[in-house]
Amino acid sequence: MSSYYEDSARGRLAGLLDPGSFREILPPAERVVSPHLRQLDTPAAFDDGIVVGEGRLEDRRVLVAAQEGGFMGGAVGEVHGAKLTGLLERALDTHPDGVLLLVESGGVRLHEANAGLIAVSEVMRAVLAVRASGIPVIVLDGGTFGCFGGMGIVSRLCDAVVMSEEGRLGLSGPEVIETTMGVEEFDSRDRALVWRTVGGKHRYLLGEAATLVEDDVTAFRAAALALIDHKPDLSLAALAAEHAALGSRLERFGDCRDALDIWERLGVEEPERLPILDTADFLATVRDRRA
Amino acid sequence: MDATTLLDRLFPDGHEIIADGVYFDGTGRGFGTEVAVIGTIDNTPIGIELAFRMAGTVLEVVRRHPGRPILLLVDTQGQRLSHRDELLGINGYMAHLAKCIDLARRNGHRVLGLVYGQAVSGGFLATSLLADRCYALPDAEIRVMNLPAMSRVTKIPLERLTELSASSPVFAPGVENYRRMGAITALWEGDLAACLAEALAVPTEGDPRRALGEERGGRQLARKVADRVRHDAA
Repeated sequence: MSSYYEDSARGRLAGLLDPGSFREILPPAERVVSPHLRQLDTPAAFDDGIVVGEGRLEDRRVLVAAQEGGFMGGAVGEVHGAKLTGLLERALDTHPDGVLLLVESGGVRLHEANAGLIAVSEVMRAVLAVRASGIPVIVLDGGTFGCFGGMGIVSRLCDAVVMSEEGRLGLSGPEVIETTMGVEEFDSRDRALVWRTVGGKHRYLLGEAATLVEDDVTAFRAAALALIDHKPDLSLAALAAEHAALGSRLERFGDCRDALDIWERLGVEEPERLPILDTADFLATVRDRRA
Repeated sequence: MDATTLLDRLFPDGHEIIADGVYFDGTGRGFGTEVAVIGTIDNTPIGIELAFRMAGTVLEVVRRHPGRPILLLVDTQGQRLSHRDELLGINGYMAHLAKCIDLARRNGHRVLGLVYGQAVSGGFLATSLLADRCYALPDAEIRVMNLPAMSRVTKIPLERLTELSASSPVFAPGVENYRRMGAITALWEGDLAACLAEALAVPTEGDPRRALGEERGGRQLARKVADRVRHDAA
């Protein structure tokens, strides 16, 4: 087993793709760095915290992007966002079998906040353009920093999200909510509360994550492969169905104040046990109980 | 400018807009065109109910009024910051709203955004930033974060941020900064009905914001880098 959580963006790609198949576009040797960080005397990275390129997955042609949480928490700046948008648009020209996004991001990079916010909206449009052209976009979320802010929205624009229990997915991070609204709104140091609110198990039960896997690069690879034949559907009928599902989530769980209330309402026996189960036991326990 | 005054100036031929709390929607008329209007007031935070409701209205317009232009008048201080919204998957509701707006565009509806109050972060991302074109009134405010908060988080002295923001549009709040970065097509002043008619008449294709940001000196690298990644040999 090789931990996805602890690996770097490049390490994850090496383990995910067919051996030796990855070809990076605009590699660090090209020195395409953020001009804005320098201006603020902040260290830059030669890849601006994201690795993009082409590779193979069980011989299927894929485009891949991997955010590096180790550099500014994977935050999106002008160059970082443009690399992601460019990669997605490349799919419109080269028609791969799919696009894999290995997300790990706190959202917009504050040092270049306006450029980052606009960049995320360009990524959003590019994701939808790729899907509308019939190419699936699959998200893998199991990194140390989770996936928040604009990238949390981007993830849910895609065909499917694969998560590990350790992965986190949301919009405003717990620290941001605590800092702005107070500790009584969200105690970001309460690890158990954070995991059961934004962690992989809850996201899987809600239906936000399509697949829950162990924290293992090989498991992520198998899950991505299982989803690559997904046919994107952005039709009015598909979005009307999604609308109905989100409406029903509001009706069923809108008054819940804790994930435990939701799990109980889903018919899970002894919901308080879910956080301690390993992935296999968890999946067996919640079978047929997802929203 | 308050929403009532704004609607009267945008639609001198009349409008039927129904308000419900901080939310409103309906139809405006001008220059012989009917325009679907969806908006919010009072710098309201966008939580899951509001995102869901706006998405429903967009789907309704696509279903019942094929091709009718949509004008987003969303006044928001950003996404609602709450444990409960995160618990229920607010990012999924925001993404759903964005998908519905994108569906409208793909189905031939012109979608325009006009920032008349505030536009902030997630509330802006899931609405007007997904429009074909986004405009703003000169006294509107667009931001991710104000400079004092940004200084606390980045540990960069406020004086340094303030000094740099005089010349750089890249991080400080302001509609002019967003115009220079290419996200705001133009500022609307004077005859707002004429501005709207003109915006509805301009053909749109693709996402021109990177090129616009480069032309206006706000984002020097976004277009170049995206183009290289799109076209370079791997």
